[in-house]
Amino acid sequence: MKIEAIDTSETKEYFINMGPQHPSTHGVLRLLLTLEGEIIKNVEPHIGYVHRAIEKMCEKSSFQQIIHLTDRLDYLSCHMNNEAVCLAVEQGLEMDVPERVKVIRTIIDELNRISSHTLWWGVMGMDMGAITSFLYGFREHEMITEIFEETCGARLTMSYNVPGGLMFDIPPNFQKMVKDFLFHFKKKLPEYDTLLSNNIIFTERTKGIGYLSKENAIAFGVTGPSARASGFACDVRKLKPYSAYHKVNFKEIIFTEGDCFARYKARIDEMWESVSIIEQLIDNIPEGDYFVKTKAVIKLPVGEYYQSVESARGEFGVYIVSDNKKNPYRVKFRSPGFANLSALNKIAQGCKIADLVAIMSTLDLVIPDIDR
Amino acid sequence: MNEVTEYFSDIFKGVRSLLKGMSVTGYYFLHPKEIITQQYPENRDVLKVPERFRGELVMPHTADNQHRCTGCSACQLACPNGSIIIVSDRVETPEGKKKKVIDKHVYNLAMCTFCNLCVRACPTDAIVMSNDFEHATYDRGELIKILNQPGSKVLEGIEE
Ligand code: SF4
Ligand code: SF4
Repeated sequence: MKIEAIDTSETKEYFINMGPQHPSTHGVLRLLLTLEGEIIKNVEPHIGYVHRAIEKMCEKSSFQQIIHLTDRLDYLSCHMNNEAVCLAVEQGLEMDVPERVKVIRTIIDELNRISSHTLWWGVMGMDMGAITSFLYGFREHEMITEIFEETCGARLTMSYNVPGGLMFDIPPNFQKMVKDFLFHFKKKLPEYDTLLSNNIIFTERTKGIGYLSKENAIAFGVTGPSARASGFACDVRKLKPYSAYHKVNFKEIIFTEGDCFARYKARIDEMWESVSIIEQLIDNIPEGDYFVKTKAVIKLPVGEYYQSVESARGEFGVYIVSDNKKNPYRVKFRSPGFANLSALNKIAQGCKIADLVAIMSTLDLVIPDIDR
Repeated sequence: MNEVTEYFSDIFKGVRSLLKGMSVTGYYFLHPKEIITQQYPENRDVLKVPERFRGELVMPHTADNQHRCTGCSACQLACPNGSIIIVSDRVETPEGKKKKVIDKHVYNLAMCTFCNLCVRACPTDAIVMSNDFEHATYDRGELIKILNQPGSKVLEGIEE
C-alpha cells in the first residue's frame, strides 16, 4: 500500500466542536469553530440543549404561575425577570402598586445584580486560570444569598414578586442585614481589583482582545454591560425608569474601548453604582402595604403588553398577548443572553481559541436564558 | 536603550502586580478567622435555617390529630406543576346531608418547585412550608407524601 505524503506547506481550514460539555461554555452550549491553525475564522453557536419550551408552558399557566417559570430563565437575575412579568401584568390591570413595594423591588434588584456580578467575576477569573477569584467571588455572593433566604425563603429561584406586590413583607432585620453587607462589600470590592483587574496575566489576556464596535453592538441588539462597554447607552433603568429608579441618582457606566477589559471593568463599576443605589434607598423604605390584593383568577383585557427591565445581562423583556382568558394567549421573552450570543461570531473572528474563552466570559452568557 | 528600560520596567510591573495579588491571599492565609467555610454535615446541630426557608410542604396537626384542611382543592388548582392531588371523600352528616371531606392530600415533593403558590392559595392556612431541606432518598416513591396523617380530622369550626 502506498501512503501519500501529506503536504504540510499550506494550512487548511478545519472544524472543531467546543461544547456542549465544555467548562468555559458555562452550560450546554455548543460552538462549531472553523479554524485555520489557531485562528478562529467562524463561530457557529448551536443552541437548544436546555430548551424547556417555557414560552409554551406559559400559555397553559395562569399569570401567577408564569412568574416562577421566569426564575428558570436567567437564574442569576431571577428577581428582575419576576419583576418584568409582574410589571407587565400590573400594566394590563392598570394597577398601581404601593411605593413601599417599588422601593423594596429596586433594592432587591440591585442586590441581585451585585450577586450576579460577583458570581460572574469569580467565574471569569476561573476561566482565565485563577481559581482563587472563584472562591472570593462566592464569599460575597453567599452573603446576598443569605439575605434573600431570610427575605423570601429561597436562595436562587426566589419568586419574590407576585402581581400586585411582594410575596412577603421584608423581615425586621432586613435593613441591618443589607447595611452590614454593604459595609463588608465596600471593603472587599477593592480586593477584586488587586486580585484580578491589575493582575498582569489577566490584563494581557483581556486588553485589546475581542473588540466589539458600537455599530455592531446596536446591529446585533447587544444590551447590558457588554454593550455599554462599546459606548452604546442602553440602560433601561435610565431610558424607561420603572419601580423606584426615577428617584435615585446613579451613573450609567459607559466605556468606549469595546474590548474584553472594558466589558470587565463595566461590570465592576456597575457594582459600585448598585451599592450607591441601595444606600440611597435603604433608609427610606416608605411604610405601607407590601401587597395589593388581586383577584384569584387574573384576566388581562384584550391587548398586548410589553415591559422591559434591566437584568444583570441586559434588557429583559416580557411581551404578553392577552385574549381576556385566565391564561395568556402568547408570551414571548426577550432574553439578553440570546442577543448577546449572536454577536459572538463578529467579536471572535480573527481571535485565538484562548481568547474565545475570555470573550465568552465577558459576554456573561447564561445558557438557560438563551435556550428558554 | 529606551526599549531595554521599557522591557525591564514591564517585567518589574508584572511581577509587582502578581505579588500584590498574592498579598491578598497571603492575608487570608494568616487570618484564618476570616474564612467563611462551613463544615456542613458536622455543623447540623448549630445550623441556622431562616424561618421563611421553603424546604418542603407540610400540614401541621394539633396534638389530638386535627388539621385545618377542608379538601377545597384550591392548592391543587394553584400549583403550576401538578404536585398536589386532593382525593376527597363523601360522608353523611348527622342531618342526612352528603358532605365532601378530605381523604388524602397527596404531595409529590419530586415535582415541587417550592414556589409557595399553594400556601398562598389555601383559604384556611392548612399547609405551610417547613425548613427541612435534606430530602435525598434511594427511592423516588418516598418523595410522594400524604400530608394528612392517618385518622386525622378537620378541626372544629373550619368551613370552606
Ligand atoms: S410549592 Fe408550588 S410547586 Fe410546590 S406544591 Fe406548592 S404550588 Fe405546587
Ligand atoms: S390544603 Fe388548603 S387549599 Fe388545599 S385542599 Fe386543603 S384547605 Fe383547600
